[in-house]
Amino acid sequence: MYAFDIERPKSVADAVAALGTEDAMPLGGGQTLIPTLKQRLASPAKLVSLTGVEEMVGVSTDHGMLRIGGATTHATVAAEAASSFPGLAGLASHIGDPAVRNRGTIGGSLANNDPAACYPAAALGTGATIITSNREIAADDYFEGMFTTALHEGEVITAVSFPIPEKANYQKFLQPASRFALVGVFVAKYSDGVRVAVTGASNNGVFRWEEAEAALSADFSADAISGLSVSADDMISDLHGDAAYRAHLVKVMTGRAVTAAA
Amino acid sequence: MPKDSGIGASTKRREDVRFLTGNGKYTDDINIYGQTYVHFVRADVAHATINSIDTSTAESMPGVLKVFTGADFEAVGGLPCGWQVTDRHGEPMQEPKHPIIAHGKIRHVGEIVAAVVAESLTQARDAGEAIEMDLSELPAVIDMKNAVAGGTKVHDELSGNLCYDWGFVEENKGAVDEAIKNAAHVTTLELVNNRLVANPMEPRVAVGEYDQSDDMHTLHTTSQNPHVIRLLMGAFVLGIPEHKLRVVAPDVGGGFGTKIFHYAEEAFCTFAAKAVKRPVKWTSTRSEAFMSDAHGRDHVTKIELALDADNNFTAVRTETYANMGAYLSTFAPSVPTWLHGTLMAGNYKTPAIYVNVKAVFTNTVPVDAYRGAGRPEATFQLERVIDQAARELGVDPIALRRQNFVTEFPYATPVAVEYDTGDYEATMAKLEEIADVGGFAARRAESEKNGKLRGLGVNCYIEACGIAPSNLVGQLGARAGLYDAATVRVNATGSISVMVGAHSHGQGHETSFPQVISEMIGIPEDQIDIVHGDTSKIPFGMGTYGSRSLAVCGSAMVRAAEKVINKAKKIAAHLLEASDADIELKDGTFSVAGTDKSVAWGEVTLAAYVPHNYPLEDIEPGLEETAFYDPANFTYPAGAYACEVELDPETGKVTIESFSAADDFGNVINPMIVSGQVHGGIAQGVGQALLENCSYDEDGQLISASYMDYAMPRADDLPFYSVDHSCQTPCTHNPLGVKGCGEAGAIGSPPSVVNAVLDAINSGGKKVAHIDMPLTPHRVWSAMNNA
Amino acid sequence: MTKVTMKINGKEVSGEVEGRTLLATFLREDLHMTGTHIGCDTSQCGACVVHVNGKAVKSCTMFAAEAEGADVATIEGQANADGSLNVIQQAFQDHHGLQCGFCTPGMVMSAAALLKENPKPTESEVRAYLEGNICRCTGYHNIVKAIMAASGQDVSAIAAE
Repeated sequence: MYAFDIERPKSVADAVAALGTEDAMPLGGGQTLIPTLKQRLASPAKLVSLTGVEEMVGVSTDHGMLRIGGATTHATVAAEAASSFPGLAGLASHIGDPAVRNRGTIGGSLANNDPAACYPAAALGTGATIITSNREIAADDYFEGMFTTALHEGEVITAVSFPIPEKANYQKFLQPASRFALVGVFVAKYSDGVRVAVTGASNNGVFRWEEAEAALSADFSADAISGLSVSADDMISDLHGDAAYRAHLVKVMTGRAVTAAA
Repeated sequence: MPKDSGIGASTKRREDVRFLTGNGKYTDDINIYGQTYVHFVRADVAHATINSIDTSTAESMPGVLKVFTGADFEAVGGLPCGWQVTDRHGEPMQEPKHPIIAHGKIRHVGEIVAAVVAESLTQARDAGEAIEMDLSELPAVIDMKNAVAGGTKVHDELSGNLCYDWGFVEENKGAVDEAIKNAAHVTTLELVNNRLVANPMEPRVAVGEYDQSDDMHTLHTTSQNPHVIRLLMGAFVLGIPEHKLRVVAPDVGGGFGTKIFHYAEEAFCTFAAKAVKRPVKWTSTRSEAFMSDAHGRDHVTKIELALDADNNFTAVRTETYANMGAYLSTFAPSVPTWLHGTLMAGNYKTPAIYVNVKAVFTNTVPVDAYRGAGRPEATFQLERVIDQAARELGVDPIALRRQNFVTEFPYATPVAVEYDTGDYEATMAKLEEIADVGGFAARRAESEKNGKLRGLGVNCYIEACGIAPSNLVGQLGARAGLYDAATVRVNATGSISVMVGAHSHGQGHETSFPQVISEMIGIPEDQIDIVHGDTSKIPFGMGTYGSRSLAVCGSAMVRAAEKVINKAKKIAAHLLEASDADIELKDGTFSVAGTDKSVAWGEVTLAAYVPHNYPLEDIEPGLEETAFYDPANFTYPAGAYACEVELDPETGKVTIESFSAADDFGNVINPMIVSGQVHGGIAQGVGQALLENCSYDEDGQLISASYMDYAMPRADDLPFYSVDHSCQTPCTHNPLGVKGCGEAGAIGSPPSVVNAVLDAINSGGKKVAHIDMPLTPHRVWSAMNNA
Repeated sequence: MTKVTMKINGKEVSGEVEGRTLLATFLREDLHMTGTHIGCDTSQCGACVVHVNGKAVKSCTMFAAEAEGADVATIEGQANADGSLNVIQQAFQDHHGLQCGFCTPGMVMSAAALLKENPKPTESEVRAYLEGNICRCTGYHNIVKAIMAASGQDVSAIAAE
């Protein structure tokens, strides 16, 4: 790692102020950023640790919305969202491993937007709202391709607000080495329709499978998508699976998520 | 009744206490006053000419003591290769120089190009980034068949990229060709034995020290064989005589073969410590380990099995391309040849066998022995081709194996080795019992009800362990003897320190070796300690690899203990005023046969050191004996393994439902430890079969260079295993009747996993003959889709 | 350099660290508590697992500065007060749940965290919980068995030798 300072602000305001200096970077749980720093692939002058900002920690429900503070760990979401939004809690309980879940945060995951991360599928698959230090961003406007988001420099995800669906499920097919999603599909059923978001598969990062959404909105069953197919164009090809395989898995995992949710 | 101590007891491991409390002493835990740190600048291209390296900026950076490049090592020998293979035409293999630091040319990603020694690791790394290199990139030689076809050479001074073209047994070739021509049936498979990275959990570490006052060099290193490192580095690389070089390998966090070899970083730290007059430490990161630890396997093979009309095996013919990587690592040439070709008979009485191996240089990390080394490659191809033959012929794969078993011992194979003992029918029968082969059909029906496919795969294996008779391996090209040594030092009050040449890095020698001595003398195990891993404390030793520790070093220990006992009997005879021929030793007491006269072990040992009443005219005081043991033959552990898998046809994902192993290791000292060795081997074999793959792209970039892409087996990838070693045909030529158990699991498990997956796929109506390892979901799904 | 103070195995400890100093580095290099091991650089192997405020974390993926004021537990503090092995450690020895010992500190710390959350885990719960702890020696059989035994479950039916 290159040398840097660490600041541990106690409030969002202090965090934003600390991030205002040159080459400052926010530090969530660090489960992705720290390995990146070890490889010397980033060289911040200052890391602003957000885990001590209490107003950014916690899970609460209000009028059909589940609000999760940006610095809330995966383990906390897994435990505290279990009754209100089991689909999301289930997703959180399978990110990384137990030790990673005790450090990694939802805000960190969404800000990083790894193309194989789990939370982006939940955010996009529910139409969540990303609440930052200075605005609210709809999930549909937030994800801009792998490792790219609508966040501006110095902007901090303070919370994420999820509309709680009637039913939801996340199915993750593991990349066998990293245990990230080779393909992950989040399906959420609302009274006004179904959303399907896919992570791990596309060169463009997390995306909505709109054809499946339409079919499932009419008939929420795995059979409803049996006639559909997913194009392999733009799908990732790597050591662990080619584009055709990922495209195939998108459909299989969508069907399984629907069955598990129903 | 299970024993509670001595040979055959599952004594709990004494070393566990320090490991479980954080008190292990691993090399990285060693910090020496005044220590400096080295950062190695490693090549990020696979093949290039080095036009120039500018270290001037780096040298002036804070904390930097010295920057080294290949030029600093021009006068130093290259890393030696310990085995010379002679090719089919009687010519020695091509053997390029293996520099400590690349000089003139880079030949693989990860090769050391420069080294910075500084006060801190971060300073060294900062300075490393300031080194400027002018390189001319060359095309990378990656594919083995292309490499031997001509074109770019890895080593300009060699005639090409072929290291050797080995035929074994060359005289068999005509008969084998004839048998295949006349066979009723020939099954052919082309297969890949995937390249692996051993990945002991402790990355390699080296700390070099130099003491000017007595001109003494000390190297602390993560090695399976400190004496071998002392010999290779002292004599061949740095020119340091043994008495001025101490090599210490303390607690070592796993080896699996990859810590046998002498590495550039060890020589560097030893050399640099003298150059900068300060201790020099290097701790590998896992990322460095992937591109600097010797890799394993990487064979591409075509195998043909010929059968007569009654399904008797009549001939086996193989052609293998074996990847050496860019340089010859310490034992690399022996792996695809003497550790592979000699096992091609397997457990079967095939009369005619011919093995051809072409070893090839490529722009990749050197490849050398990894758990099993050559024997997994032999077992895999043979046991795969037998399974495929059974499928083609429509016969039961277990019956086909049984019909062809070697049943009489000793048995001389057509590939130059003689199996002293074995009972392959017994291990197969035991396997059928523990794997409940009879209940498989019902389990398959249950899986099918749930939309899954289920497969059962079986294979046999045999390995040659207890490496090895020195005169034989000398004839075969080894540049070292492969005996081992032990000193049994009895202290005045009767406790014992045993200095052994074997090194324990997970095998539990500190517990199991005392069990043997305890059994022989009859004193409690806790009165006996094992000392290992330090050339200054142990007379000599060749270390731990090839499942040899107990069979070879344990035999040396027994011989030394026998010498001790013989001497002690003379002392006892003197004390008891009897003839030493009449003295018996039992339960720690010497007695005169047929009388009630006795003297305790401790009284005899005390007399040896306080020789007031002592036969000084006949024997010396003291009680300490050393023995060197050179084995008469290899040992031949063998067994039968079964794997049961469930396959999700929608995704191609394979789940291991059960894994059973019936092994014949001869006599067993500590059954608990033996089972643990088999468990670990199975996990590595399942890893090879389903998960692990060290992969290069065509430019020579390592694309599975961390745990993000190299899939290590984890707890949820594996089931509980069922292992049995009750079938015991003791080795006939070593004093303990032991065969070795360290590698069996890794040798025996990959074929049964692959056989099981193919059984599952074919049971679903798809005709798939073979899928190359690892059988990832993607590969399985693709094979099923294309069938 | 900044000063950090934390409680390690119940004892207050202070030290000067850089921003980039990892908790694992602070333990190993500054405090010479070398029981915590480092086996990878991508936060996967788990040899470095310690507890911070009662939660298992990878000490190679957390900065020492982030542990300011925290309660840290490491392998060195796991044995009973009289120095004897605690229940989990003893089960690892009884069931041969370790070989080379390098992953063992992390395994023991993860096992302790698991049993705190889930006092009687099933086999599959144990295996799932160990997702972030890689062992290359044991094939996991005896680790899983040891953890189940430590939880007070009868493991005699699980293949022993």
